[in-house]
Amino acid sequence: MSLGKPLPHDSAPLHVTGQARYLDDIPLPAGTLHLAFGLSTIACGEIVEMDLSAVRDAPGVVAVIAAGDLAEIPDCSPSIGDEPLLTAKQIEFHSRPIFIVAATSHLAARKAARRAKITYAESQPILTVEEALAADSRFESGPVIWARGDAAAGIGAAPHVIEDAFEIGGQEHFYLEGQIAAVLPQEDGGMQVYSSTQHPTEVQHKVAHALHLPMAAVRVETRRMGGGFGGKESQGNWLAIACALVARATGRPCKMRYDRDDDMVVTGKRHDLKIRYRVGFDDRGRVLGLEFQHLFRCGWSQDLSLPVADRAMLHADNCYWLPAIRIESHRLKTNTASATAYRGFGGPQGMIGIERVMDHIAFALGQEPLEVRRANFYRGMVAPVAGPGGASPPGPPEDISGQMKSAGPSAPLPAGEAPDLTSRGAAGLAGSGRRLETGPSGGTAARIETAGTVGTAHRIAGAHSPAAAKAAVEAERLAALPQTTPYGMEVSDFIADALVAELEKRSDYQARKAEIARWNAASPILKRGIALSPVKFGISFTLTWLNQAGALVHVYQDGSVHLNHGGTEMGQGLNQKVAQVAAQVFGLDPGAVKITATDTGKVPNTSATAASSGSDLNGMAAREACLTIRSRMADFLAEKHQIAAEAVRFAEGMVHAGGESYPFEKVAQCAYQARISLSSTGYYATPKIAWDRVKGQGRPFFYFAYGAAVSEVVIDTLTGENRILRADILHDTGSSLNPAIDIGQIEGAYVQGAGWLTTEELVWDGKGRLTTHAPSTYKIPACSDRPRVFNVGLWGRENPEATVGKSKAVGEPPFMLGISAFLALSDAVAACGDGRAYPGLRAPATAEAVLAAVKRVRGHA
Amino acid sequence: MSSIAFLVNGTPVRIAGEAPTRTLLDWLRETRGLCGTKEACCEGDCGACTVMVTDETGSKAMNACILFLPQLHGKAVRTVEGIPGPDGALHPVQQAMIDHHGSQCGFCTPGFVVSMAAAHLNGDRNHDDVLAGNLCRCTGYAPIIRAAEAAAQAPVPAWMTADAAFLSAKISSGGPGGEAPPAAYRPTTADDLADWYLAHPDATLVAGATDVGLWVTKQLRDLAPVGFLNGVAELRGIQAQGDQFRIGAMTTIAELRSAMAPHHPSFAEMLRRFASAQVRNAATIGGNIANGSPIGDGPPALIALGAVLHLRRGAERRSLPLEDFFLDYRKQDRRPGEFVEALTLPAKAPALRIYKLSKRFDQDISAVCGGLNVTVENGLVTGARIAFGGMAGIPKRAAAAEAALLGQGWSAETVARAAAAMTQDFTPLSDMRASAGYRMETAQAMLTRYFHDLAGAPVSVLEVAP
Repeated sequence: MSLGKPLPHDSAPLHVTGQARYLDDIPLPAGTLHLAFGLSTIACGEIVEMDLSAVRDAPGVVAVIAAGDLAEIPDCSPSIGDEPLLTAKQIEFHSRPIFIVAATSHLAARKAARRAKITYAESQPILTVEEALAADSRFESGPVIWARGDAAAGIGAAPHVIEDAFEIGGQEHFYLEGQIAAVLPQEDGGMQVYSSTQHPTEVQHKVAHALHLPMAAVRVETRRMGGGFGGKESQGNWLAIACALVARATGRPCKMRYDRDDDMVVTGKRHDLKIRYRVGFDDRGRVLGLEFQHLFRCGWSQDLSLPVADRAMLHADNCYWLPAIRIESHRLKTNTASATAYRGFGGPQGMIGIERVMDHIAFALGQEPLEVRRANFYRGMVAPVAGPGGASPPGPPEDISGQMKSAGPSAPLPAGEAPDLTSRGAAGLAGSGRRLETGPSGGTAARIETAGTVGTAHRIAGAHSPAAAKAAVEAERLAALPQTTPYGMEVSDFIADALVAELEKRSDYQARKAEIARWNAASPILKRGIALSPVKFGISFTLTWLNQAGALVHVYQDGSVHLNHGGTEMGQGLNQKVAQVAAQVFGLDPGAVKITATDTGKVPNTSATAASSGSDLNGMAAREACLTIRSRMADFLAEKHQIAAEAVRFAEGMVHAGGESYPFEKVAQCAYQARISLSSTGYYATPKIAWDRVKGQGRPFFYFAYGAAVSEVVIDTLTGENRILRADILHDTGSSLNPAIDIGQIEGAYVQGAGWLTTEELVWDGKGRLTTHAPSTYKIPACSDRPRVFNVGLWGRENPEATVGKSKAVGEPPFMLGISAFLALSDAVAACGDGRAYPGLRAPATAEAVLAAVKRVRGHA
Repeated sequence: MSSIAFLVNGTPVRIAGEAPTRTLLDWLRETRGLCGTKEACCEGDCGACTVMVTDETGSKAMNACILFLPQLHGKAVRTVEGIPGPDGALHPVQQAMIDHHGSQCGFCTPGFVVSMAAAHLNGDRNHDDVLAGNLCRCTGYAPIIRAAEAAAQAPVPAWMTADAAFLSAKISSGGPGGEAPPAAYRPTTADDLADWYLAHPDATLVAGATDVGLWVTKQLRDLAPVGFLNGVAELRGIQAQGDQFRIGAMTTIAELRSAMAPHHPSFAEMLRRFASAQVRNAATIGGNIANGSPIGDGPPALIALGAVLHLRRGAERRSLPLEDFFLDYRKQDRRPGEFVEALTLPAKAPALRIYKLSKRFDQDISAVCGGLNVTVENGLVTGARIAFGGMAGIPKRAAAAEAALLGQGWSAETVARAAAAMTQDFTPLSDMRASAGYRMETAQAMLTRYFHDLAGAPVSVLEVAP
């Protein structure tokens, strides 16, 4: 059995010895050029004059390419073609690439790029969501609105109403390996591309598009990334395209890597946003009506903002049954770097909104937040679903083709546009905002906007007992309805109730909460806080057709196995998991399966390794390929032994058939000699999913992954300094493919999620310049920031859906466990006041933000 | 010396013709082909390029991205490729990192491994301090700490001590060899330095290069001429002189920290959070002062202590209270050709407290750093030295706050009045680290904290156990 073993990452011995090769470590031919971008020094305006003579004259410079040197400017966008590589005139954000320098060294290129003399006509940039709203600067024609029930009526009839707003900061990926690409021109005009990308197919597509080559002429290889986190889903396009362009112009290999500071100012980050909320609830805290307004700051180009903002809407419910909800999502266009994919892809932003609402309700009612959460939970899964199990048939094919029809290839496209169908940004092509309910200030939205400007002002209507009784009856009625998400998907696998109950026990939550209250009473300067928050995260790409994967498996005559799949390795242990899947099929040790670089020449038309889908999709595809080969081997032996093929067993490196046992390699050798193909592709498409983005209805997710965390913190009420003391986590990865890797993902995700909400603050100045553009000023968690006590457990029950090994995806869901740290800080701040003023903490909760909240609850703000 | 000689993973190398500001990292990766050492930030803030540097003072982790080649003359460098034994046997920390799943993407791993191996060699088990300068974005650090703990018991492999043995036998650090590498000057005596600097007052003096390094890697400046101070042994070290300490300008922050720990524990605790182990091993207290940064952490503490600065220009020497050295933003009372030679500070200051406030506890630049040193006799304040970094264009004393304390009874009311007076002392700026209002509030709050701290009340979140 190789599935479920806590084996180390396959590259671990290479990592620890420095032998693991990243792109910048690959020896390239002599004469390779090194590229750098010349960047704009304003955020918004036009180029008036550009003198690049000093750049051309700089030592080591071989070529300088500006927009004027090109017949057409290649596009780098993963969605709607709005990201020209270079610009002759328009400046859309600070540090926008303007020209390319190619020089004999990285340093020479960087030095030369700074010698440009450019004068600009500067315009007033749009930097904030408020400015963008005022200017109606947005993507799509108006806000996207999804609603279920009558939220306004529910709020109107509720005995208690809160309305408030808060800001949630963005997040820099800070992958340790910066963006990098290299291109080697080939003999026939084709291009061999090395790219640190989560999406080799997209790089292939974009390079082909830029050079007017068929995709078959471009081959992209990605061995490993030094971290991705979503930051390498679309942001690598620029470097690969620049390299390809210069490689074609000069005939020389080209390499480009961003210096860290350039990387941080040029590339997109997690979307920051403002969330306005208005919620009506009963005496128990049950939500009767809820309105959310999401104001997403998307930056200068569309990139993947639409599906990101969609996913935020899809996670606005988290674990809670919300009978009447209206979500209004604005995707605002600003003169800042284009916000992009980041672990959770909008999910964290949507989820923190509802968790904030739960926290606020509990505060308003003076109730235990966990009880309020419980009162709103979806109904739990009745019993472990033996259900359709492994044999579940794929969803009706018409669902998928129906999507295709409404969505893409058949729709006429503007001339010269080549849609990248494998990009999540293609959702923009599919849906566009046209048929969505629009109206920037229509109805309820306008009411929220006006009310929301009052900051933390919230009104709590008195709980008149007759009204409250009536509301309670209404809440009971609503709770009895079939429980579906606001977008109409039945929540049939809900386990958060049971999981939370178990975590509550394991973490000793109630006793610790009481102890903290006692401690706080005796501690005037330092205050502790504790919070428990759950996670329900939808697994599947919301652009349904992306939920497919391929693999290529070879068994050689010596019995060794070579495997390629469409996923990329960025540290998440995907190759190790897939190797364990393959080894399981063949009954081999996982070490016998060799997985090499992801290569568009091996597996075509891949989706990005994103949306936590890597092992679900590629594990299944690899399994299919292995099963195909195994069944050929089994058939061969079955015929030889005159037994049924099903009676042939593969285990522990041996193959057992008709009382005989053969080493696997012997069977491979014999099968080869019997002229049996030992190579196969495998293919997988996720079943059951169907999603109508325009209506906001359907089943976008194959299943949900769950988890919960308890965080305990301490704050200093004099300075706002704070510390996470302890975290207890219970997380659902189904039947884990590799518990060690899964726990590693959970620990890392929690710390990264907590970082997003605590120390990781992105600061722009009034000119639209990012002032936190290096690790000296942008602070990701350091070693001592991890919780001192850090208990992580796996839920350990099978996924009711037929996923690979009955496992669940793990990349993104635990990121949102970090929300509990934010809520614990809010709890500690609340302990400083008398219960009248809500802390209204903003994210990230830096020391400064915490101190501001302390002052607020003490009535000093 | 027209060349620079050092050991790389046990192999002697002699380098000639390199620019004096070529970094060790670039040389390792681009010239030597040792690509295990990674570049991630190129400013000494992430530790992906950590190497171990050994000289007669010991083996230390340092950031290769901001080490210039001439700084290595006479030393031994060990990269991640040199951490396994000659036969390829894994170092205990490497094996533990595998066993405990300490790597995910692996890009930061070589830096971690070298930091861990250096700490293992030195018997340092304060893993959080040792690794504060190594950023990991994947693991959340927990498995790395588990690995460090697991490896701590294992004996130091023989090959890890070979550098020190070889060094003393073959190359003496900073030894005779006084010839300068091209375009750089590397004196071995303070007299030589004084003469040369007087003749080249425009030169850039490089001590630990933890700031000057960034002038090269980030500002892309061409520095010439450059004088490297690391060969001047007499500028280094701490001497007890009566009730004072005399601290040589080239004393590293790491050396200062351990020397201060028994005498000024609060100062030492702040130095624990001063940058990272890698930076503290390279950075010098003289550099921290001469640099004149308004947010350097040394000066507020040293001013509160009453440190005196000793400057030298040619044969001429003068001394002044440290606070008088800082005139205006990036402007110091330092004449052309004059350099920091040493400082002296009192050996006793029981009421000294240093409070460092930064967005992240470890390896961060302070938003506000306060040094507080109030003398109370018979309930009355008889002395007050209060200095702040981050509150003005220079590290500066809070004169009005001090005045509000002097002669008054030491009480919460007096402290509140002094805190209020501080608005006359400072008009801080807003930047990416903190707003002006927050800086003022917290500087004032540090006085309040100080009052409670001296009274023995718990005031630090770092001391709260889960």
